[in-house]
Amino acid sequence: MNGGSTIILALLLPLGGAVAIALAGRISANLRETVTLATAGGLAMTVWSLLPAVMAGERPGVSITELLPGVEIAFSVEPLGMLFAALASGLWIINSLYSIGYMRGNNERNQTRFYVMFAVSLAATMGVAFAGNLFTLFLFYEALTLSTYPLVSHKGDAATVRSARVYLGILLTTSIGLFLPAIIWTYSVAGTGDFVTGGILASKINGPAVGLLLGLFVFGIGKAAVMPVHRWLPAAMVAPTPVSALLHAVAVVKAGVFAVTKIIVYIFGVDFLFAEPSSGWLLYAAAFTIIAASVVALRQQNLKRLLAYSTIAQLSYVVMAAAVLKPLAEIGAAIHMVAHAFGKITLFFAAGAIYVASRKTEVHQLRGIGLRMPVTMTAFTIGALSMIGVPPTGGFVSKWYILAGAFQADNYFAVATIIVSTALNAAYFLPIIYMAWFMREPEPAAAAHGEAPWPAVLALAITALLTIAFFFFNGATIQLERQVVENLL
Amino acid sequence: MELLGLYHYWVFAILLMTGFYAVVAKLNLFKKLIGLSLFQAAVFLLYITMSKVDGGTAPIFSGAADAVFSNPLPQVLILTAIVVGISTTALGLGIVVRIKEEYGSIEEDEIQEIDRR
Amino acid sequence: MSGLGQHLPALQVVVPILVAPMVVLLRPRGLAWAASTAASVLAFVIAIELTLQVLGAGPVGYLMGSWPAPYGIELRVDALSALLLLVVTGASTVALVGGRQSLDAQIEADRQPYFFAAWLLALAGLSGILVAADAFNIFVFMEISSLASYVLIAGGPDRRALPSVFKYLIMGTIGATFYLIGVGLIYMMTGTLNLADMELRIHAVGDLTPILAAAGFITVGLALKAAIFPLHVWLPNAYTYAPHMATAFLAACSTKVSLYVLLRFDFFVFQGNLEGHDLQFAIYLMPLAVLGILVGSAVAMFERNIKRLLAFSSVAQIGYMMLGASLVSIAGLTAGILHIFNHALAKGTLFLAVASFAMVAAGLRLNELSGIARRMPWTFGAFVVAGLSLIGIPGTAGFVSKWYLIMAVMELGPAGVPLVAVILISSLMAVVYIWRIVEVACFAKTEEQGSSAIAVSPLMIVVTWLAALANIYFGLAPALPLTLSGDAAAELLRHLP
Repeated sequence: MNGGSTIILALLLPLGGAVAIALAGRISANLRETVTLATAGGLAMTVWSLLPAVMAGERPGVSITELLPGVEIAFSVEPLGMLFAALASGLWIINSLYSIGYMRGNNERNQTRFYVMFAVSLAATMGVAFAGNLFTLFLFYEALTLSTYPLVSHKGDAATVRSARVYLGILLTTSIGLFLPAIIWTYSVAGTGDFVTGGILASKINGPAVGLLLGLFVFGIGKAAVMPVHRWLPAAMVAPTPVSALLHAVAVVKAGVFAVTKIIVYIFGVDFLFAEPSSGWLLYAAAFTIIAASVVALRQQNLKRLLAYSTIAQLSYVVMAAAVLKPLAEIGAAIHMVAHAFGKITLFFAAGAIYVASRKTEVHQLRGIGLRMPVTMTAFTIGALSMIGVPPTGGFVSKWYILAGAFQADNYFAVATIIVSTALNAAYFLPIIYMAWFMREPEPAAAAHGEAPWPAVLALAITALLTIAFFFFNGATIQLERQVVENLL
Repeated sequence: MELLGLYHYWVFAILLMTGFYAVVAKLNLFKKLIGLSLFQAAVFLLYITMSKVDGGTAPIFSGAADAVFSNPLPQVLILTAIVVGISTTALGLGIVVRIKEEYGSIEEDEIQEIDRR
Repeated sequence: MSGLGQHLPALQVVVPILVAPMVVLLRPRGLAWAASTAASVLAFVIAIELTLQVLGAGPVGYLMGSWPAPYGIELRVDALSALLLLVVTGASTVALVGGRQSLDAQIEADRQPYFFAAWLLALAGLSGILVAADAFNIFVFMEISSLASYVLIAGGPDRRALPSVFKYLIMGTIGATFYLIGVGLIYMMTGTLNLADMELRIHAVGDLTPILAAAGFITVGLALKAAIFPLHVWLPNAYTYAPHMATAFLAACSTKVSLYVLLRFDFFVFQGNLEGHDLQFAIYLMPLAVLGILVGSAVAMFERNIKRLLAFSSVAQIGYMMLGASLVSIAGLTAGILHIFNHALAKGTLFLAVASFAMVAAGLRLNELSGIARRMPWTFGAFVVAGLSLIGIPGTAGFVSKWYLIMAVMELGPAGVPLVAVILISSLMAVVYIWRIVEVACFAKTEEQGSSAIAVSPLMIVVTWLAALANIYFGLAPALPLTLSGDAAAELLRHLP
């Protein structure tokens, strides 16, 4: 099978899976979940089968149709997209396992719709990852927004619908209002929107227009959650936890920063942007988001909202790393997507497991919970350490690269931002860990409970192990991502 | 002289505006329709008068080589337009009758009042 | 086929106009529907065949009774008319095939033959406008279609349709009469009614003042019929209280056909003859287009009746078409004409879905539609797809025309930026008004009382979905309408340097 048909398969498999899940859901819940797991496994195998070729420097691609002159739907696999797709498809398996435990443990309604829409969202994610040009990226970006809407509004009560409206409103408004004009602008000056190593805009536009176009892209891609377009992410926390875990810690938000990185690297071109002073604001915007979101996270009482603000800060690490515009920092941006994904999905899994087992959602309720749920809280601790960037966790590796890139650019502002935010991360995560392990449960004890259902516990144990494993075994990833900046090294 | 010489345009314009005034200003649907008919009739006149050629006769070929004919085409056209106009008026009257049956009134303001309730 | 094939432009009108009186005589239940549907399907097939001919060999001309133009009556189908013919006959066919159940519910059995006869006359009139190459024939066909449309709109069970249709009748007749005055003035100066001939003979006219006055009368009269803001006031009520299927049919095509005549006159006849006409056209119509877009969308955001909401959205969408035309560029006209086609797809599908909702829900106010998504998931799915197309989400037909429109506006350079903003803002307003419906339909508590046990016929669902899929198909493979509208724009603008 050649690369092109593998890409198509990776897009169609989850869609076919969605139909199969819908049909299986009419027969039995067990069958439905078997189909989900099988689809996830099949997708991961398909996506990972592309990896050797991409590692070897090939760029499999396929063009579907030319929509308008110069505007076509085309896919092309390059290292950034490969990494993103491999990450999302691999974590979908673990997340499905977790979903089974969570949804059953919670007796949620409309479970079939949940699994169906999840599969559709994954198809959209694959489209974003493999998009070969701006237009295709936009197409699947919108598809991802729309297909996750039913997941966010899953509960269906008034408060949820209100939050889901914020979610959809912000994402659609920014994408139609800013992202789309930026794309059209790009097409009209460059005549193409293809992702090309070294960028397509150099010598096509210059001066303040570069900064403006960059702004349209960065704020238009609301999924990257650079302030002030971050509000949708806390709003999305009304979704069931598996959705927050995979989509709002990995697929959707990473689609945002992935798109920003890809546009910086393949549309503008790193060197072009570095030489253009009007693009400098992005670094400061990202730095502000990191610090501000961390400060807000400090004040959160609801565990999931705290994690959401932490995610906003971590996403801006990626954006800031990309905005440093030096090869090592671009590699750092790519690796941080992976490291943060492992850590944050673990944290969300843990938060969800706590909710299923004990119905606790607030930070102050967590006193002494470590003794009741030792596995969960161990995983939570590992995830939190990775967020702070303590070895031996994945978070350390990516911070190392981002810092190295910042030094390469002599950008001490970025260095200072990372140091301050590390302190802030520690300030909001360590108290939770301390409370969970070393404080006593309030008297009288709340309802006695143990761990969450076993599939959920298994899932979070796996992701916690991955977080640690990424510290030791990251050579292949770095080697892959080096290709992105090969022309600069 | 010039202004009065084109008196048929004046007739056209006055009829047109009278009809239009009735359509806009009258609340009674029936009067509106009368206005509309007047409005259309004005246009019929415009067409018919323009087909008249000075000294022209009816366009019936009599053998005389130097006969001057009036243009017959506008009259044919306007015959069609009159048919259209009558159909419109008839349909309009039909609707007015139905409105009277349903609402018990053909005054626009009263109908609006009834619908608002 | 070749014998009959060359008569296609005439048959396009003759078929429905001949079947119409026959339908009146068909008493047994369902027969009138079947005959009209068959005629409409045939008309659709003819339109497809004509489109293929136009695509293959350029405009198709036809001389009635073989009398040469300009003395005889000429029919002419070019890219622009072919595109519109597809829309008109397609909308009629889809509404008739899928709409039987809805029509049965709304039109009493003994009045159905008359209703269907009026339907076919409307179809014949609209098609006639599109094939006619002669200003007076256009007038006659316009009146045939208008009179028939009045009957269709007034034919439903809602008595509020009557005052609305009266208003429509008054305004429509005034519009048509304005048009007639304009044509009369041109005839006075040129002595011809054939559009192509007219265009040539105006060159020889010394004093252009009457022609300018004619351009004014014709543009205003047609703008009235095309419901261009602020002359749209007849439209919302007429669409709201008409039988649902008549709304689906007329909303997809009737105003657009008037727009077609407007484009024909302003670009084909006047453009080459009146100095600065393009500038005047742009100066007068662009602000109206922009206002129409913004006001229509804004009112739709606050409207409670779903049919009125969609009707106001139509006012905004007509604004898009006008905006494209008022750019007076190839790209702009292509976008505007393309939007005629794409909007017909989206709005037609939406009204089909609304007709299904009406059969099950207690009424068509938003609060009466609560929970409809759960009771009619399939129909609602089609509604959402068409709604996305209306908003202009990529992958749907609506996106393609918006993309083109924005590209066309960007040709203006910095001056185009506010217009881009207008297009984007109104797209966002469309998100709001479509999503209001989605939220109510999905999440609001279902009111059990007032719900009837009627199930929507499978045929209806299939047809609605076919229409919805057409929105996606033409969003991904827009070659056909794009070629036609590109050709049409090039032909309309051949006078511009």
